[in-house]
Amino acid sequence: MLLRHTTSEIKERTALTVNPAKTCQPIGAMYAALGIHGCMPHSHGSQGCYAYHRSALTRHYKEPVIAATSAFTEGASVFGGQANLLQAIDNIFNVYNPEVIAVHTTCLSETIGDDIPQIVNKAVAEGKVPAGKHVIHANTPSYVGSHVTGFAGMTKAMVDYFAETGGPRSKTINLIPGFVEPSDMAEMRRMTAEMGLETIIFPDTSGVLNGPMTGKYRMYPPGGVTVEALRRTGCSQGTVALGRLASGDAARALDVKCKVPCQILDLPIGLAATDRFVDTLHRMAGVGVADSLTFERGQMVDIIADMHQYFYGKRVGLVGDPDQLLALTQFLVSLDMAPVYLVTGSPAGKKYEKRLRAAVEGVPQEVKIKVGGDMYLFHQWIKQAPVDLVIGNSYVKYIARDEDIPYVRHGFPILDRVGHSYFPTVGYRGGMRLLEKILDALLDRKDRDATDIGFELVM
Amino acid sequence: MTETARKPAPPIQGPDPEKVKADLLAKYPPKVARKRAKQIIINRVATGDGVPEITANVRTVPGLMSQRGCCYAGCKGVVLGPTRDIVNITHGPIGCGFYSWLTRRNQTDPETTPDGHNFMPYCFSTDMQEKEIIFGGEKKLRQAIQEAYDNFKPKAIAVFATCPVGLIGDDIHAVCREMKDTLGINVFGFSCEGYKGVSQSAGHHIANNQIFKHVVGLDDTVGPGEFRVNLLGEYNIGGDAFEIERIFEKCGITTVATFSGNSTIDAFANSHTADLNLIMCHRSINYVAEMMEKKFGVPWIKINFIGAEATAKSLRKIAAYFDDPALTERVEAVIADELPAVQAVRDEIRPRTEGKRAMLFVGGSRAHHYQELFRELGMRTLSAGYEFAHRDDYEGRKVLPSVKVDADSRNIEELDVCPDPDRYRPRKTPEELAALAARGLSFKDYEGMMPEMPEGSLVIDDISQFETDLMIEKYRPDIFCAGIKEKYTIQKHGIPMKQLHSYDYGGPYAGFKGAVNFYREIDRMVNSRVWGTLKAPWQTNPELAATYAWE
Repeated sequence: MLLRHTTSEIKERTALTVNPAKTCQPIGAMYAALGIHGCMPHSHGSQGCYAYHRSALTRHYKEPVIAATSAFTEGASVFGGQANLLQAIDNIFNVYNPEVIAVHTTCLSETIGDDIPQIVNKAVAEGKVPAGKHVIHANTPSYVGSHVTGFAGMTKAMVDYFAETGGPRSKTINLIPGFVEPSDMAEMRRMTAEMGLETIIFPDTSGVLNGPMTGKYRMYPPGGVTVEALRRTGCSQGTVALGRLASGDAARALDVKCKVPCQILDLPIGLAATDRFVDTLHRMAGVGVADSLTFERGQMVDIIADMHQYFYGKRVGLVGDPDQLLALTQFLVSLDMAPVYLVTGSPAGKKYEKRLRAAVEGVPQEVKIKVGGDMYLFHQWIKQAPVDLVIGNSYVKYIARDEDIPYVRHGFPILDRVGHSYFPTVGYRGGMRLLEKILDALLDRKDRDATDIGFELVM
Repeated sequence: MTETARKPAPPIQGPDPEKVKADLLAKYPPKVARKRAKQIIINRVATGDGVPEITANVRTVPGLMSQRGCCYAGCKGVVLGPTRDIVNITHGPIGCGFYSWLTRRNQTDPETTPDGHNFMPYCFSTDMQEKEIIFGGEKKLRQAIQEAYDNFKPKAIAVFATCPVGLIGDDIHAVCREMKDTLGINVFGFSCEGYKGVSQSAGHHIANNQIFKHVVGLDDTVGPGEFRVNLLGEYNIGGDAFEIERIFEKCGITTVATFSGNSTIDAFANSHTADLNLIMCHRSINYVAEMMEKKFGVPWIKINFIGAEATAKSLRKIAAYFDDPALTERVEAVIADELPAVQAVRDEIRPRTEGKRAMLFVGGSRAHHYQELFRELGMRTLSAGYEFAHRDDYEGRKVLPSVKVDADSRNIEELDVCPDPDRYRPRKTPEELAALAARGLSFKDYEGMMPEMPEGSLVIDDISQFETDLMIEKYRPDIFCAGIKEKYTIQKHGIPMKQLHSYDYGGPYAGFKGAVNFYREIDRMVNSRVWGTLKAPWQTNPELAATYAWE
């Protein structure tokens, strides 16, 4: 047993987190910043943060992850990080020549109270920021929120720093994809292109964190939203934001700043959520839905109908990020599965919890939900009453092995498999892939457990 | 084994190193260039004056993408991480605990101890929130320790301070003392805030100090075994320590404690009863060896089990120390027994690796140790450097008296250790030690990486990504060794990249079996067919193909 000390007896914990189901804000900010073309994310704090965040993102994406750090030592921690950030800005532009430096803070620089805009102003005044280049920032203390809110913060910073009004309204739709994989962002782009829409997707890590190998390393791959496009977001006809936690802030900021109306939707995972996504685009842009998408939708419905017997009534434990967890839960319920344990580590709020509870209403089993929980509790619930399937990030594999439960990897981080950055789980095609993965896990298990007599070729 | 590998390496062929160095510095602002110039050294060994001086263990330049991590990473992640039966609580916001959770591949075997405790797959954190930053986190820490005890009943709990804890002034040591009294188990803390020192190295030092203060020496029971050693600076990545222990067992050498691969707190507590300390990773742990010698009289020698020849040599050093004919005979028998299989694989592979060129930028010993394995494959090291080393790791311990202690190092506690009035027991008399030294066994010594590197190779401390990219362009090495952050950047250049921190999910690479694993792995990597597929057919010969296809 790997988690041999986990027991079914639950003792109340108020201070100790065991096996967290979240991590800290800066890593989310770093990931979002990588979705700007030519951007160097910069961690303002001691160098360990940046090293850990780069390592974690690298392990998840299996791609180069660039970032710089203010490299605080004790002196900077006492006297403030201004000198370090000024020097860093100077060095980064001289040596790595990005279009944008996206600074995020850490618990260290937040606690000592470094004022990033003031320092950046000083850098500009001292001529350390070359003409036409930019430094943006987001405050991401690690003792507030989670990696998801950090992502949201840096996405909002893109609006705060770049979105401009003034031009004529364009037909463009802004698409804020949420804390999803590069493959998901690419799939959203494909779907909107199928509908003939012009979109600005931000952030956009497709092509950045799932790039090709050519024998030539490019520090700034061709992907990512450009500064020019971010400027134009203020003149778009509307914004579709996916995932309330990860994308809501940026969408609302764009509405307030540039009067671009927004629709905030759940992540388009599963049939109904994808339907809402496509329908919203259709109504907002006033374009028809491409036949190709209706066709894909039909294929997805076909799989669900054909395979319904394998989904029906299966008990599922899910642990993940709030936006993902909600969308996945709705999807599983629509398959007549029973998501019985739902845990997210991110503090997502009462309203979120209410929506999650609404999503499982009508599930004919007892459902346990914990927002701001950890995987230790999740595992204890499973010990109390088992499930047929668990869905979560790579850390869940320890639980899956100990309890011998079929397991589908989904979420962040996935450290031990590839695929997530190349194949989407959003949209109809993504839904089909998710269905395939769930079926594979359940049916492989059925085959494994079958007796020689009961082992059969046809379904 | 052939003796060729031990000959001084011929100078590096290729671009003029002076010119390369100038190019590496050209893009930097003058102040940065001046600093980096002292950390980028062209190795000189032929002159006989000793290697040139390198600047190391100095602050990372803000804005340059460095390979380094922080003090916390060195303390909790590296040194204490592999100890399976201590509940290691990270006191701080969630990130630090999360990122150091199962990310080091320290294998452990709980079945080897009666209680079977293993907390390594768990991550414990106080997950500090804003209100604790404002009002202090001691109350939450105290409660977290209580909850860890209630849920897990460990025999020891350790607490690790993160950046904000140091800033707001939580007294973790007072909380630990209090909880130690309350719970009746060993509870101790590490002030390893990330901003301390200039790299992970500060964290190693802090880890060693606290383990020495709070654990080493608690159990005086002298266990069985005739030749009892501690293995220091071996973290059991990919099962390295298991392979070394296998060889030791075969030789009749008993491992009292490994610091800290596959380790337990009881083994630490008892480690001072060993007869000899063997140092693998000099950088991370030379402090423990020094302190154990001063306080308890256990001498230390530097050994290296990376490479089949190095393993044989290290075993002979151990045998020489104990100076026992039976042991010497067994060691020779084991070497004779193990080497043919290694040699067979080497003979098979060497024609495919001979003459290939490597670069290594890792840790604070591995960049040195692994050159040995590459030499065994007939490969050359063009350039190497450390992520968090000090001058002695490069130039040898002889420079220690001349190393200047700067402000960042001064902030890290130096323990004042003196001989234990009851338990100090010199393992050898001065005469015996002198006799062993006369026969070539050097105690308390490490010659460093540079003396073993070729003339004209570039030794680079704390290499930046900019320098890495340029080095690759200039030399196009056949393989590059570094860590996960560098891995995919290097590979995008079309160069195979071997992780020497985590071994890319492979290993073990220590000892005899490890050498075989490594030979095969490097053969696979430098000869992989994939590197020949980077260009599509239409990219390599775009014009003519279609025209003549019909012929």
